[in-house]
Amino acid sequence: MSGRKRGSVAVVGAAESDLGLVAPHTSPVDLMAQATMRALDDAGLKLSDVDGLFVAATQVRMGPMALADYLRIKPKYFDGTIIGGSSFMSHVTHAQAAIEAGLCEVAVIAYGSTQRSVSRAAASPREYNHYESPYKPILPISAYALAAARHMHQYGTTVEQLAEVAVSARKWALLNPVAWEKEPLTIEQVRKARVVSYPFTVRDCCLVVDGGGAIVVTSAARAKTLKKKPVYVLGTGDTLSHLNISSMPDLTVSGAKDSGEQAFKMAGVKQSDVRMLSLYDAFTITPILFVEDLGFCKKGEGGKFFEGGKTAPGGSNIPVNTSGGGLSYCHPGMYGLLVMIEAVRQVRGECDKRQVKNCDVALAHGNGGVLSSQCTVIFGSEATL
Amino acid sequence: MSADLMKASPLGTYVEYCKKGELAYQVCTDDNTPIFHPRAVAPKTGSANLEWRVSKGLGTVYSTTVVHAGKDVPPFNVALIDIDEGYRMMSRVEGIDPMAVKIGMRVKVKINPGDDKQLPYPVFTPAEGAK
Repeated sequence: MSGRKRGSVAVVGAAESDLGLVAPHTSPVDLMAQATMRALDDAGLKLSDVDGLFVAATQVRMGPMALADYLRIKPKYFDGTIIGGSSFMSHVTHAQAAIEAGLCEVAVIAYGSTQRSVSRAAASPREYNHYESPYKPILPISAYALAAARHMHQYGTTVEQLAEVAVSARKWALLNPVAWEKEPLTIEQVRKARVVSYPFTVRDCCLVVDGGGAIVVTSAARAKTLKKKPVYVLGTGDTLSHLNISSMPDLTVSGAKDSGEQAFKMAGVKQSDVRMLSLYDAFTITPILFVEDLGFCKKGEGGKFFEGGKTAPGGSNIPVNTSGGGLSYCHPGMYGLLVMIEAVRQVRGECDKRQVKNCDVALAHGNGGVLSSQCTVIFGSEATL
Repeated sequence: MSADLMKASPLGTYVEYCKKGELAYQVCTDDNTPIFHPRAVAPKTGSANLEWRVSKGLGTVYSTTVVHAGKDVPPFNVALIDIDEGYRMMSRVEGIDPMAVKIGMRVKVKINPGDDKQLPYPVFTPAEGAK
């Protein structure tokens, strides 16, 4: 499928905006702009170097236009693809195609949200759908709860295994100075928390915080001339499988199976080459589905994969979500960009106490809608080229 | 026959069936595939040869959750139902403790009539033993 070349582009800058609860009246575009300048500084580039702009947001209808106007830049190429939290992984694919085609050379991918300040309902209003809305599911939570219930029924996955995902994320978050959550978490605390949509308690659900981020992507040739060690895009894959949860063919198999196969094929690496996983953990069921669908364990064994802290610091499995994830680090609505930032930092070796040893290959996986869009990016250091 | 969106919409027709107490769906007569939700164009084939049919109203719970919407609202069920005619829909199983709704449970449709603000919509009740 791919005409794109392994390693033809690299991430050269990556940064979060301010995270958590920002000052009253901060706008999503304020956060995007702040993150963009931090990411450019990280790369050793200037605003005037940017000629490609990729933006998705729920509070800004015309993202690329909003950020271009705010920064008063005139990008030669722009893209506002919005497919939920995985939008930014698809932007990497599109940026690579645009850079290879000579349509732009320095692409910024940016995101911002003030959903904690203005409320989740206000930040991300939902469309009325007569085939679902009258039943009043709390979306997206109830859709993922339905997937979890089916996985439990079909494979014997337990609520304790779901809780293990949140507990592991929390252990990593305690090693990340900018993580929202600062206190330890136990399986019992997850289970005794307020039920939102059974089998999920509030601790099975991602955080609701303000924040944003940006990454800078450029050609491999330009990347070599910049400040930091380039983190190469080895392979990517994108899939759309459905819109609403009632149209998802099998609630226990996500489109990550397709996006992962595409990304691994393009990257020319195997699962055993990957040193860390940055997986979109909107809910505790999603990393379970993704380790299965991306080929890190057999279908149905995702629950066991997380048992006993095996993916937590010092665990015997591959480290998962070393930032603390959407469950404990930050989740400003569409979290996919921050999923990639952590993978990039791990490949660079910038993660201090949570650094994974010899992290030459990291996989970032984004999820959007209600398991609807799945996009995978495999990053590698110079040694992997 | 091509759908004429100047005369009737897929949702409008579906709601008319609901008002008669019926759960309707479509079949693409090109390949006999059952289709839900109703559409103006058949998925995959792109065909406009869509025939309306009335379901017998029996199905099996494919998955289930219990929604806790707040202190003032008792927890309620949301489920995905595999309808016997071969399609899946979201609905609610009523007349039973929401936590007692189980995957694999047989259920039967009834139409919630709606009101001034809400169009009618199908819900389900337990129908153990229904074949």
